[in-house]
Amino acid sequence: MGFEGIGASVRRREDLRFLSGRGTYTDDINRPNQTYAVILRSPHAHARIRAIDTTRARAAPGVLAVFTGADMAADKVGGLPCGWQVKNKDGSPMAEPPHPVLAVGKVRHVGDPVAVVIAETKAEARDAAERITIEWEVLPAAATIEAALQPGAPLVHDDVPGNVCYDWHLGDKAAVEAGFAKAHKVARLELVNNRLIPNAMEPRCAVGEYDPATGDYTLWTTSQNPHVIRLLMGAFVLNIPEHKLRVVAPDVGGGFGSKIYHYAEEAIVTWAAGKLKRPVKWTADRTESFMSDAHGRDHVTHAELALDEHGRFLALRVRTLANMGAYLSTFAPCVPTYLYATLLAGVYTTPAIYAEVKAVFTNTVPVDAYRGAGRPEATFLLERLVDIAALEMGMDRVEIRRRNFIPKDAFPYQTPVALQYDSGDYHRTLDEALQASGWHTFEQRRAEAARRGKLRGIGISTYIEACGIAPSAVVGSLGARAGLYEVANIRVNPTGSITVFTGTHSHGQGHETTFAQLIADRFGVPMSQVEIVHGDTAKVPFGMGTYGSRSLAVGGSAIVKASDKIIAKAKRIAAHLLEASVDDIEFKDGMFRVAGTDRAKSFAEVSLAAYVPHNYPIEELEPGLEETAFYDPKNFTFPAGCHICEVEIDPETGEVEVVNFTAVDDVGRVINPMIVEGQVQGGVAQGIGQALLETCVYDDAGQLLSGSMMDYTMPRADDLPDIRVGTAVTMCTHNPLGVKGCGEVGAIGAPPAVIGAVVDALRDWGVRHIDMPATPQKIWRIIEAGRQRRAAE
Amino acid sequence: MPKVSLTVNGKPVTVEVENRTLLVEMLREQLRLTGTHVGCDTSQCGACVVHVNGASVKSCTILAVQCEGAEVLTIEGLASPDGTLHPMQEAFREYHALQCGFCTPGMVMSAIDLVQRNPQGLSDREIREGLEGNLCRCTGYHNIVRAIAAAQVVMHGKAKELPRAAE
Repeated sequence: MGFEGIGASVRRREDLRFLSGRGTYTDDINRPNQTYAVILRSPHAHARIRAIDTTRARAAPGVLAVFTGADMAADKVGGLPCGWQVKNKDGSPMAEPPHPVLAVGKVRHVGDPVAVVIAETKAEARDAAERITIEWEVLPAAATIEAALQPGAPLVHDDVPGNVCYDWHLGDKAAVEAGFAKAHKVARLELVNNRLIPNAMEPRCAVGEYDPATGDYTLWTTSQNPHVIRLLMGAFVLNIPEHKLRVVAPDVGGGFGSKIYHYAEEAIVTWAAGKLKRPVKWTADRTESFMSDAHGRDHVTHAELALDEHGRFLALRVRTLANMGAYLSTFAPCVPTYLYATLLAGVYTTPAIYAEVKAVFTNTVPVDAYRGAGRPEATFLLERLVDIAALEMGMDRVEIRRRNFIPKDAFPYQTPVALQYDSGDYHRTLDEALQASGWHTFEQRRAEAARRGKLRGIGISTYIEACGIAPSAVVGSLGARAGLYEVANIRVNPTGSITVFTGTHSHGQGHETTFAQLIADRFGVPMSQVEIVHGDTAKVPFGMGTYGSRSLAVGGSAIVKASDKIIAKAKRIAAHLLEASVDDIEFKDGMFRVAGTDRAKSFAEVSLAAYVPHNYPIEELEPGLEETAFYDPKNFTFPAGCHICEVEIDPETGEVEVVNFTAVDDVGRVINPMIVEGQVQGGVAQGIGQALLETCVYDDAGQLLSGSMMDYTMPRADDLPDIRVGTAVTMCTHNPLGVKGCGEVGAIGAPPAVIGAVVDALRDWGVRHIDMPATPQKIWRIIEAGRQRRAAE
Repeated sequence: MPKVSLTVNGKPVTVEVENRTLLVEMLREQLRLTGTHVGCDTSQCGACVVHVNGASVKSCTILAVQCEGAEVLTIEGLASPDGTLHPMQEAFREYHALQCGFCTPGMVMSAIDLVQRNPQGLSDREIREGLEGNLCRCTGYHNIVRAIAAAQVVMHGKAKELPRAAE
């Protein structure tokens, strides 16, 4: 056994099953007597349903049932709930229109579910779905934010005037105006944060089962948070009490946010299983994923930064329009508000900030959190604006950042947009990234590339994010309809092995390894004696799941808290066995010792005594060794860092090659460096994807043009560079592990570094900013326009 | 319904299929070999790659009836019967080349074929280009490239043991 504790790059325990084809993803689960559901979806972005005729589908071979929205309404099935209420500037609540499981009366986006066919085989269900005839009254669509805000625009929801979900603000408007009044210069930027489609490699899937003998329902689903699904679906949609509903999220093939939400299909299969008294399975085709998984980002923003004559930031003013899509997905309203505007201070001392955010309904797929969620949007805006400010001031991009950094002795630091940062050292992550990337020798590489006919550029971003979501009372006051603590139950088995039940969910993050390392470290037992259980409401007491880089900061802290309770009890047992005072018992390396003596009991001996309590302080202590802890975080955590990107552009084709990428991140204490590196690399890949390749495109009629992997550019191996990752750590001050989180830093830090590099490469062509994705076509047009301008001069 | 007889992971099988049954459907739903995954419906993602007669094939893009008499190898049949992993499986683990694991079976099967087709050895760039039929959303490919580069050394007999990843 090598070193397995905190700080070791232990190889992952989950890998053996995944590498041998023995993982259990939801679609791998087949229940006896199972049936198959196929969902008929709207081909129109906006239309009234005049009539649905399911007669021919019902008569098709193998068909067991066809259900529409009317059937669900008749059975009093509720709509999909929204978990966060944002308030307007005047204090009134946001518009919260109903979100039926199957459309009733009207469809509002391409892919909106209209009917479900359940048959003996998937092929039969699919064939029958084609036999449903619907009489449509096609309506004009509002396919983009701009279209939805036009006077007289089609109304996505008849009772939401102007398609405005909310009009919200944050910050001190008067202070910002005062800052602008004394500005030496103002940097301005209009930008689009491109809409993305998450595309976890595993398509969503749900299997519902009902046991008529007990009245129990079970749902297996591709979810990042099974307890949340049980609560939302049980209480709001299907009216099944929680003790009669079990939700299992087994191995899940990636989430990136898209598997947080409660989706219609989960309710459909569970409800239909009850109706048919047979298990019902639904598995998304990738085409369905494109038009039914929540999308991400999609902002249009105007931002202005006021600077003094030394390049110090005086005030920041931001106006953002955010696309909600056709319905409010589970956490959609908080993403462009509390996960976005609160991050606009970045790593800088900007004293006054004011942000206005208008959220807009459109005839598109609902938009919700996607890796980073709000924080990439804030970071992209801020870092692009800082680059433009440097340009306006004639200052170096690094120097303007340094001049405005929050100094490392200023923590805890209260920003003007609600957050209090606990720790960080932004100069250090910057210095280490500059060093590792060879920033200071870049001009040589630019010149060398120029000799090869290539335009080489370098870009930098110094970002911060807020994760470890979140203190319950804080988010509650901001409109969250849930607490955001995490839960751990630790069961020490009689022979001293340990089973940990965690409310977080691992879908690629490697919790089974990292959490086992934590336990090994805490208890001095080998990892082979530790089992991590997650993803099943019948096993785990409760949990809020995995998103917002919270699993270690919040879930890991709950594990520490439960461990402390176990050790406290075990010490009392050991004191009894060793006939010593509990105050004299020390626990180290798996042994309970009487301090200063050689009298000791092993962890396994004490565990056995707890379950075979023959010689036991039974009057004062219950037998057994099992403890549960709920950990509610005291604050968010604040990972930060510096990402530096180098690109080369072929001026003949406009093609961008990322040739170097360096990330130096402060993610707090690192438990498993190998896993952290992998998380950062994966996040950076998605960030590069957003910056150069990916974008969701709707036409004016609301048809999804980028609706398959042939049309939506997923990053492939040859699109990406080696990604050099380093860490420069400061400890989180308010959780017991000092951890901050690493899952999203790549997706947050990378996009402005990439676009900064592209703009830098094109500096001779008069470009200040390029919206993402910086495709070859966009770049070629810039170069070509520049060439024509020069020729004309 | 037509019957197709073939060898899957060394075992002869005869399966009744529909004309339209895809190889991946037969593997997953009839033979319950669920290690092979379906990640898209346009032959883009490569999660379904298996070997048919020794060459990598996207099993979502071939009919089961086309595999009459074929030798099919899936991820389940890759390790030795005693559980010893194929060098490519071992390398993926050692180099942390997988996260959620969903693309992994197809990625491993593609990578093995890629290495076998290139006994001269592949540069990192060639590995990246050779993976163009396989998508991974988790890793950013960095560690997949490392793993394949390490595995090819063992597969070509240039080293007995897999080079260890740096700590």
